[in-house]
Amino acid sequence: MLRYALKRLLSLCLSLIVASVVIFAVIEVAPGDPAAFMLGVNAQPDTLAALRAELGLDVPKLQRYLAWVGGMLSGDFGTSYTYRTPVAQMIADRLWVSLPLALYALALSTAIAFPAGIYAAARRGQPGDMAVMGATQLGVAVPNFWFAMMLVLIFAINLRWFGAGGFPGWDKGLWPGIHALTLPAIALALPQAAILARVMRSSLLDILGEDFMRTARAKGLTRRQALWRHGLRNALIPVLTIIGLQFSFLLAGSIIIEQVFFLPGLGRLIFQAISSRDLIVVESVVMLLVFAVISVNFLVDLAYAAVDPRLRART
Amino acid sequence: MSLLEISGLSLSIHAQPVLHGIDLSIAPGEIVAVTGESGSGKSMTALAVMQLLPGGARCDGAIRLDGTEILNLPESRLCALRGATVGMVFQEPMTALNPVRTIGDQVMETILIHKAMSPEAAEARAREVLDRVGLPPERFPLARYPHELSGGQRQRVVIAMAIALRPKLLIADEPTTALDVTTQAQILDLLKGLVQEFGMGLLMITHDLAVVAGMADRIAVMRHGEVVETGPTRHLLADMRHPYTRMLFQASGHRVDLPPTRTEEPLLQVENVSRDYRLPRRALFARPGYHRAVDGVSFALDRGERLGLVGESGCGKSTLTRAILGLEEVQSGQIRLDGEPVFSGHRPNMRIRRKMQVVFQDPYGSFNPRHRVERLITEPFHLLEDPPEGPERAEAIAEALEAVGLRAKDAAKYIHEFSGGQRQRIAIARALIIKPELILFDEAVSALDVSVRAQILDLMAELCRSHNLTYLFISHDLSVVRTITDRVLVMQAGRIVEQGETEQVFSDPRHPYTKSLIEAAPVLPDPEEIRRSQGHV
Repeated sequence: MLRYALKRLLSLCLSLIVASVVIFAVIEVAPGDPAAFMLGVNAQPDTLAALRAELGLDVPKLQRYLAWVGGMLSGDFGTSYTYRTPVAQMIADRLWVSLPLALYALALSTAIAFPAGIYAAARRGQPGDMAVMGATQLGVAVPNFWFAMMLVLIFAINLRWFGAGGFPGWDKGLWPGIHALTLPAIALALPQAAILARVMRSSLLDILGEDFMRTARAKGLTRRQALWRHGLRNALIPVLTIIGLQFSFLLAGSIIIEQVFFLPGLGRLIFQAISSRDLIVVESVVMLLVFAVISVNFLVDLAYAAVDPRLRART
Repeated sequence: MSLLEISGLSLSIHAQPVLHGIDLSIAPGEIVAVTGESGSGKSMTALAVMQLLPGGARCDGAIRLDGTEILNLPESRLCALRGATVGMVFQEPMTALNPVRTIGDQVMETILIHKAMSPEAAEARAREVLDRVGLPPERFPLARYPHELSGGQRQRVVIAMAIALRPKLLIADEPTTALDVTTQAQILDLLKGLVQEFGMGLLMITHDLAVVAGMADRIAVMRHGEVVETGPTRHLLADMRHPYTRMLFQASGHRVDLPPTRTEEPLLQVENVSRDYRLPRRALFARPGYHRAVDGVSFALDRGERLGLVGESGCGKSTLTRAILGLEEVQSGQIRLDGEPVFSGHRPNMRIRRKMQVVFQDPYGSFNPRHRVERLITEPFHLLEDPPEGPERAEAIAEALEAVGLRAKDAAKYIHEFSGGQRQRIAIARALIIKPELILFDEAVSALDVSVRAQILDLMAELCRSHNLTYLFISHDLSVVRTITDRVLVMQAGRIVEQGETEQVFSDPRHPYTKSLIEAAPVLPDPEEIRRSQGHV
């Protein structure tokens, strides 16, 4: 198990190095000089050169890459071209919104999907199953911003249980923060839960047809006992894969929801940075997201091994 | 009083009748074998006793187990019976165990689910039954996982689970069909021993008459959901009143008449061939290990000769087959067909490849279900530089189909319209269509029922006469190899340990491994002999 974990960790580090090179290279070859963009079209060549020197754009590429990576390792992500503030601080502020939101949404989605998927699988073909499947079909088909708008309409405007948007900041206390993130988290979670419930159901159904489930029944287990004791853990591998993918998506892909709810999250930051050619912010945020995705995959790999002893053996 | 009493049992699944009026009884300590071909309803009879039938099943009649009528018992009472009063062992040991739980855990579950003992006592009992089925604690601690065990060892775990609570009745559904002959013999011995020791009744489902004959006290022969004949083993085998029983018996021991066609002209030459597989690295910078699947194998196959290759699973026979077909490169040695290597450089030699065809085991998996037979059997044409077209092609298709006993118009059908035996005929037609010099039959009759198998073997003998076939027949089934080949190679752990004229090797094996294989293989008794011995008693 330890060897397996170390191997996965090594592969994590290698992926990060490759990713950093690729991100740096892609952004370097992307057209658009940030200095020119900041000064506008009428800039004097000498002012431009001075700004380029100030931003560190005039040194060789390899040196800039090493400086960038070295800076990130020591927590220095550089200074934003546009806002002239430390990138690390900008990202940290946004991350304090996006990360809790993603975890909140993931927890909700899992909490909805597991019972729904298990319920449907245990009643395959019966009305309960069909109802769950119908609901998940709807959940997959309807985009999350529509859910967001409906939630705002019902819970913020009509019932006035929640605010329609904005984020008070965690310094106002834990509860107001969670309260403000609830509607966005639900809007994000619903489509994800629908997908996850379907995966859970089909994965469980596959397992229910396995020989060892029949063996379990021959030992005297009821259908339900067999499902809980032998079915669930075996059905978990594909579900874990989807959960890993969903977390990555929730962390970075919630830009529309952030817009709907006026949340200062990572999605909006990256959108603004791209539109203003703030390359150093883009680089850093992308690198951070890559780091998050690879780390989540690492955790998912460990979870696989915890679930399935065959993976532990195959180091 | 009998332990299990099935009377007038009828079963339908979604209104489709499956069993008709089955009568069967088992006394304590008695072994009753139910035999028959696929679709005869023998497994459904076993599942009916467990009441683990598929959805939509309806039973009529009566099944009394230890004095209790089980057909109208509620599910909770049935759960209390399963595992405690009646245990079951299944065919496929590789998938019958939950891969993510330890064997100790799974054996203990049988005990704990019935709340029969405290957890400590259950653990002690689990250890005890695992010992009893031949899995000693030094090598098989309770914390082992199924994937760490071989097929035979897994089947022992399944048996341990089934007998953990000393059930009065044990049902074994084809318990040894997926196992090698030597393992099969051990498992059959184990089952017999358990029946004696615990006085259990054993209901054994098997298609293999030879296994039945050596083991059962009584036999029930089933066909199309009915018991056609039943009786004490010796009487039944001596008399065989029902024609179907006689047919089954004859087909099981079917012998074909091979025409002598052998020449002294070598067609396939395998010289000192070795094939290594790379094993996963043990550490990051360690040199990867190698597993030698085929180890210095040499033999020659003459034109017109029929050569057998036997061995147990994992002995390297499939690897050798792939190497001969040029599907994989070998690490050393040379394989030549007609004097030319099957591999030239690092690529298969297409000129040679078209002189060989192969027939695989699974008549269901080896055809694309969306293509018509015509397209399926002309697939080898892509090996030819100048494949026949138009009327010539149609003629080739018709000729191949007729050679295997089908009709030319079958070419327009899809594969699902054919039975398993017909599919295997189509597979042979596909091999014949480019008139190859050599055909490889890779377990080509192993998945077939005995009566169908007998027909396919006859077809092969007939093709030997009409087409002068040369083939390599790879199989684990000694009785089939004995009748369908002139010469045989015995393979063990990647090496050919014995070779010679088939009859010679079988009647007078030299190598201890060959001897153990032949001893382990169950043999059909001679009805004449049974009759004679009964006369004396």
